[in-house]
Amino acid sequence: MEPALAVLVGLFFATAFYLILSKKLIRILLGVAIMGNAVNLLIFTAGRLTREVPPIIALDAYTPPAGAANALPQALILTAIVISFSFFAFLLVLAFRAYQDLGTDDTDAMRVAEPVADAGPPQGY
Amino acid sequence: MPASTTAPTWILIALAAPFLAALVAPVLHRFAGRAAAWILAVVPFAAFLGFVSLVGEVAGGARLTTGLDWWPSYGVRFSVLVDGLSLAFALLVTGIGTLIVLYAGGYMKGHPQAGRFLSFMLLFMGAMLGLVLADDGITLFVMWEATSITSFLLIGFDHSRARARRAALQALVITGAGGLCLLAAVILIGGATGTRTLSEVVMTGDQIRASTLYLPIFLLVLGAAFTKSAQVPLHVWLPNAMEAPTPVSAYLHSATMVKAGVYLLMRLHPVLGGTPEWTTVLPIAGGATLIVGTLMAVRQTDLKLMLAQTTVASLGLLVLLVGVSTDAAIVGAVGYLLAHAFFKGALFMVAGTIDHEAGTRDVTKLGGLRTLMPVTFASALVAAVSMAGLPPMIGFVAKEALYLGLDDAGRWGLVVAAVVGNALMFVIGFAIALKPFLGPEVHTPKHAHEGPIELILGPIVLGAVGLGAALLLHGFAETLILPMAGAVAGRPVTADLHLIPTYVSMPLILSLATIGLGVLAYRSLSTLRASVDGVVRAVGWGPDRGFDQIVAGIVASAGAIVRIVQPGRLELYMAMVLGFVAVTIIAPMVLFDEGPSWPGVPAMRLTEVAVIGIAVAGLAAVLVAKTRLTAIVSLGIQGFAVAVLFVLFGAPDLAFTQFMVETLSVVILALVLTRLSLGERDHRPFRQKFWDGVVAGSVGLGFMLLLLKVTQAPFDRTLTDFYDAYSRTIAHGRNVVNVIIVDFRGLDTLGEIAVVMITGLAILALVRVKARAPILPTPEKGKRP
Amino acid sequence: MNTIIFRTVSPVLVALTLLFSAFVTLRGHNEPGGGFIGGLIAASAFALYGLSHGVPTVRRALRFHPMEIAGFGLLLAGGAGLLSIVFARPFLTGLWTFPSVLGVEVALSTPLFFDLGVYFVVTGTMTSIALALEAREGGV
Repeated sequence: MEPALAVLVGLFFATAFYLILSKKLIRILLGVAIMGNAVNLLIFTAGRLTREVPPIIALDAYTPPAGAANALPQALILTAIVISFSFFAFLLVLAFRAYQDLGTDDTDAMRVAEPVADAGPPQGY
Repeated sequence: MPASTTAPTWILIALAAPFLAALVAPVLHRFAGRAAAWILAVVPFAAFLGFVSLVGEVAGGARLTTGLDWWPSYGVRFSVLVDGLSLAFALLVTGIGTLIVLYAGGYMKGHPQAGRFLSFMLLFMGAMLGLVLADDGITLFVMWEATSITSFLLIGFDHSRARARRAALQALVITGAGGLCLLAAVILIGGATGTRTLSEVVMTGDQIRASTLYLPIFLLVLGAAFTKSAQVPLHVWLPNAMEAPTPVSAYLHSATMVKAGVYLLMRLHPVLGGTPEWTTVLPIAGGATLIVGTLMAVRQTDLKLMLAQTTVASLGLLVLLVGVSTDAAIVGAVGYLLAHAFFKGALFMVAGTIDHEAGTRDVTKLGGLRTLMPVTFASALVAAVSMAGLPPMIGFVAKEALYLGLDDAGRWGLVVAAVVGNALMFVIGFAIALKPFLGPEVHTPKHAHEGPIELILGPIVLGAVGLGAALLLHGFAETLILPMAGAVAGRPVTADLHLIPTYVSMPLILSLATIGLGVLAYRSLSTLRASVDGVVRAVGWGPDRGFDQIVAGIVASAGAIVRIVQPGRLELYMAMVLGFVAVTIIAPMVLFDEGPSWPGVPAMRLTEVAVIGIAVAGLAAVLVAKTRLTAIVSLGIQGFAVAVLFVLFGAPDLAFTQFMVETLSVVILALVLTRLSLGERDHRPFRQKFWDGVVAGSVGLGFMLLLLKVTQAPFDRTLTDFYDAYSRTIAHGRNVVNVIIVDFRGLDTLGEIAVVMITGLAILALVRVKARAPILPTPEKGKRP
Repeated sequence: MNTIIFRTVSPVLVALTLLFSAFVTLRGHNEPGGGFIGGLIAASAFALYGLSHGVPTVRRALRFHPMEIAGFGLLLAGGAGLLSIVFARPFLTGLWTFPSVLGVEVALSTPLFFDLGVYFVVTGTMTSIALALEAREGGV
């Protein structure tokens, strides 16, 4: 099962980065959202896959049933999902504000920090 | 070499005291004014007296060490070594330091930043004292760099002038580079001998000389010594350093700091000296520096620049003598080093006093000051006699000793260089001591009069010391010169020093030749000056301009590189980063044949195939979406597909969370995007799409291969088993995932919810900021703050 | 979004969702669920309410600013961790007590309060984000 998910993860990453390499804010945002899923799936798969049985202990038992899923990557991913969502929201608002303030959604046109006609470092003492 | 004995602990206090004094100096100056210098001078003076008390013991052959552990895991100690060499330097640093602090108090009187100046001077003093007393190589390096930094601060003290800033930076760059050489040398010495403690290193001479590391160590030490001690062509920073106030020039750039390079050569002489490399490179470099320095000095008319260039020359002479490496030459070097500190310090102070009182230090605009400044005149004359190498001054003794050393070694080329150099120094010495004082009175910018006690005390004391050392030569030699020479040579040294020649010997003949040549040159000084000047002008290029060209070249090439690697286009940065990610993942797999093996077609259920297919379809739909809404919905599809995958593989918690998050994502994306008229179409030209596809595809491929490789490796269940075993028994929870989040790894979660909250606050801040008018597009040309 | 059906149904839906979020959070220690999930559910309830009745209505109903709720949650989670220090245990060590209330054994523990803290942080932050984006230009 893992090889199939490995291919899927590869596709997720490729799609995400293809979108991120675009110059348009919206496509970059979509790419970031997909990248979050790609990373989560990567961690999930690296922790090995087991079908259906969740890591939950039955009322009359002291350990999860045999063949239960690996709990550790799930714990890591659960918080990661929430955090990546909050960062996605932050990025969304940031992009929105950048568009409002700079009047463009093309990252090539956002040259406030790195002006096109850069005079270079100061010379002399 | 004698074994070491424990040094008194007050030495460590004496080392710390200048730093503490530097801390209080500005405050003290604010409250005590002119008296501050007198109070602060107590610190170096007390240290001086302390070091004097050690003279007898050290002259008896003792080597005192003490120290504190500094960085024990790396074997770095803050340790001190007091032997003949370091004690003589410590006496110079504290003794002249006392006079200089007083002098600085008088010189900077009324200057608004005088407190800061005194503070820097004391900082330097502490660093210099640490440098000469350091026993640990790393301590030596730290103190070495500390003197470079304080020198930078002092040269650039008058930071409102561009020339001072340039001089400060130049000195820092050159001596700082030398400091790095020193660090490398110390590390190599540690590697070759197994110790970085200098008092142990100096006993391993045969081991290092036989080592293959000898040449690199030797070259690195030269790099350090030649930059600090201003050997041609690295000397340019020293004349430029005359931009500093005169007390700095007198203290750092003649008497103490510039001798640190010579100190290093002397300290390591028992280890590195005596080899063909040593006795070839050092005398040639020193001789060249001696001649260039004196010729450049003749060319100058500024008193301080004349002195600076002769300092370069004297440093060359010292390097030359250390390079000759015989006992007699070392005695000459030691004697000359001490004599030079006395007379050059005094002459600098005299030059500063003239500048301070008459308002100019251009020798052609000065004259007839002898009646107005008689004490200054007298002390200048005494110092000049010593510099010229005439009896009855210590300078004469030193010059006789160094001629004897060169004569003994039979290095006649060096003898000629030394005679010519000394003759020219004779000229400069008297030019400085006589020209401003004799002749008719000249109108000067300020009405000249005798300086206050602080300004004239230094030259008087140093002149008296130069005279006293010569008159009490036997005692001086026994207590200072010979112990110091012994430490340099690595074995006890004897020498026949004399003030009054008892028979006609070679050194005496050379001395007479020097004097004769000097008198001739003095009489034709202006012709000499004009011809040297003509040559320099004809050449039109010097190391000073070379420095500027190197710096400009570095800046220009840095600019060119930045324009290539930072073109200001986000997609290029991303492509570079991603390309490197792909290479770092895939390259090792290819190079070391570490790639995953072919996994075969996995056995999959229909539902799994379907869900994966939906996810892929969602991704494809995002890529080809023609409208915003399609893109958002497609994004949701892949997200929900991931959630279903979580369900299928036993992660209901994740699935739950993923569903909620995808829902909220779609909602807020839709909310924001309906308010924007962002173009969602992909406007990239085909060529760029292709290359972006290649980059993104290879990163994807890289992660795929990585994941395949990881899942094919054996799986370590240790942690999982721990959580499974203890989740219910000690944490009373049956949902292992939740137990890990809220209990086992609670601290992580606490940090994570804090992060979530911070992003919430950041979003609020962003939303609340009022929109401004668009600040683009206004590409202003070439404007930079 | 302002159809009459949506406006009518949404308060009921919101109430049920909030109840569900509390349920999911509290059972999280033993069954699928927990503070993160519960918080997201609660936040989506408020977001829904905001879509149907407008942001000001939600803000009035909440009484506190959502970020204040988040701050309270962080304080609760941190406080639950600090409690163990009183009993001379390391920070965030779980403490359990099983008092009997009306004959029923109730499990009270610091991880429970920690999870509630997580719930409030996620609820507050996500609600704050959603409301900020739902509100028109610059309104918070």
